[in-house]
Amino acid sequence: MWRDAALVAGKDLRIEARSRVALSQVAPFGILALVMFAFALGPDRSLMAKGAPGLFWVAVLFCTVLAVQRSVSVESVDGARDGLRLSGLDPAGLFLGKAAAIAAQLLVLEAVLCVGVVLLYGARVEVPWLLAVSCLLGTIGLAATGTLYGALSAGLRVKETLLPFLFLPIAAPVLLAGTRVWQSALAGGIPADGSQWLRLLAVFDAVYLALGVVVFGPIQESA
Amino acid sequence: MSPNQSVHPPPAQSARVRTAVRVIGITAAVATACTVWLGLWVTPPDVTQGNLVRLVYIHPGVAWVALYLAFGLAAVASLLYLWPRTRGLFWDRLAAAAVEVGVVFNVCTLISGSIWGKPTWGVWWAWDARLTSTAVLLVLFLGYLALRRVPAEPEVRAKRCAFVALFAAVDIPIVHFSVLWWKTLHQGATVLNPDLSPTIHGSMAWTLLLGFVALTLVFVWMLLVRYRIGVLEDWLGTGELDVALRERQAEGAPLDEDQAA
Repeated sequence: MWRDAALVAGKDLRIEARSRVALSQVAPFGILALVMFAFALGPDRSLMAKGAPGLFWVAVLFCTVLAVQRSVSVESVDGARDGLRLSGLDPAGLFLGKAAAIAAQLLVLEAVLCVGVVLLYGARVEVPWLLAVSCLLGTIGLAATGTLYGALSAGLRVKETLLPFLFLPIAAPVLLAGTRVWQSALAGGIPADGSQWLRLLAVFDAVYLALGVVVFGPIQESA
Repeated sequence: MSPNQSVHPPPAQSARVRTAVRVIGITAAVATACTVWLGLWVTPPDVTQGNLVRLVYIHPGVAWVALYLAFGLAAVASLLYLWPRTRGLFWDRLAAAAVEVGVVFNVCTLISGSIWGKPTWGVWWAWDARLTSTAVLLVLFLGYLALRRVPAEPEVRAKRCAFVALFAAVDIPIVHFSVLWWKTLHQGATVLNPDLSPTIHGSMAWTLLLGFVALTLVFVWMLLVRYRIGVLEDWLGTGELDVALRERQAEGAPLDEDQAA
């Protein structure tokens, strides 16, 4: 399973390294979203710094939708999906590999957005490790759920419109928890509920990773 | 009369089931009428909330149906569909019917809650834990219905929808806890509190209980009717295909005769 996962993740990341779609389209879109939020909030910097945690996570969620759609579309032509299914790779490995590739891209993207938040919104990072841990946990959850919904919508003609509708409400806990942890990490000092939110993220990750490992095979058959 | 009735008749519904649906429907209507009568005329107004308290006979009952009964049933039915030993379109149609009726009840929950919230909290909508998780649940339900509208083979559609219901069902407790920690304003559970002893008394408690029974019956009746519509929809779908196939075959038939001659 782990070997298969590494193979699939390597394949997706190699495609990204050669096509640079995430780097040249998704990451600029994330920055664009940050700029748009700034326009929406007005030029008041203190307001932006206050809203920075939530705006960061909303931007990440939007970018996740794009990354998932990209991850699905690289396999939509030339019967690549059927090829993968016939290749004898473990479905659980396939799931973990696709999710890992999305997560790796998202982590890079989050680093870019984090710099954007600090520069554009004037947010002050007080507890960097808390930011890093929440990003890591949140990203794993988003990648796992995104991969599941991506596979589910892979065969649909309306996947572009249906995927965000199905995926975003499921990811609501990540947005809530990620925002709360970021609020405490930016303001400085860990409030009493900081670790509670990290635990929630960890539970979300564990649940959807386990679910994905179990059901990814049957999902592929139905797509 | 649709043309495919000549191809094959609609799947029959036994007389016993038809009678049961009718009895449940009539009982639900009577129970609802009794609840309205008791709630609006017999029970006294509340000391602090006045006539507003009468919403208590509707709002928790509707919420119980929407949040627990409908979604719980949809989750269980979807799981039973995915379980290979119990796989059958019965569970898929049941889940779909539960979700669709659940959406109606969910919207009613939000509307009746808003009507109650405006005079008591001073706002139509508050970002309270229960309101927020109910709204998220509604969006998840709507996503399920949107996926259901995507044309596909019944088995493929059933499987997809069952997975979406399963993912949503797993998400609900997480959403619930996250918004609970996020913020809360709603009063604690009145009837389903931990020791299951209702904190209201007398005619109000009985009316409240009757309201729960009435709304549950309304839900069951709507569920059964919607299930039957689902069966007929599938029949119509396959019937149309049969008609189309026959038409194509009929177009081809004279050609064969010419060739034979």
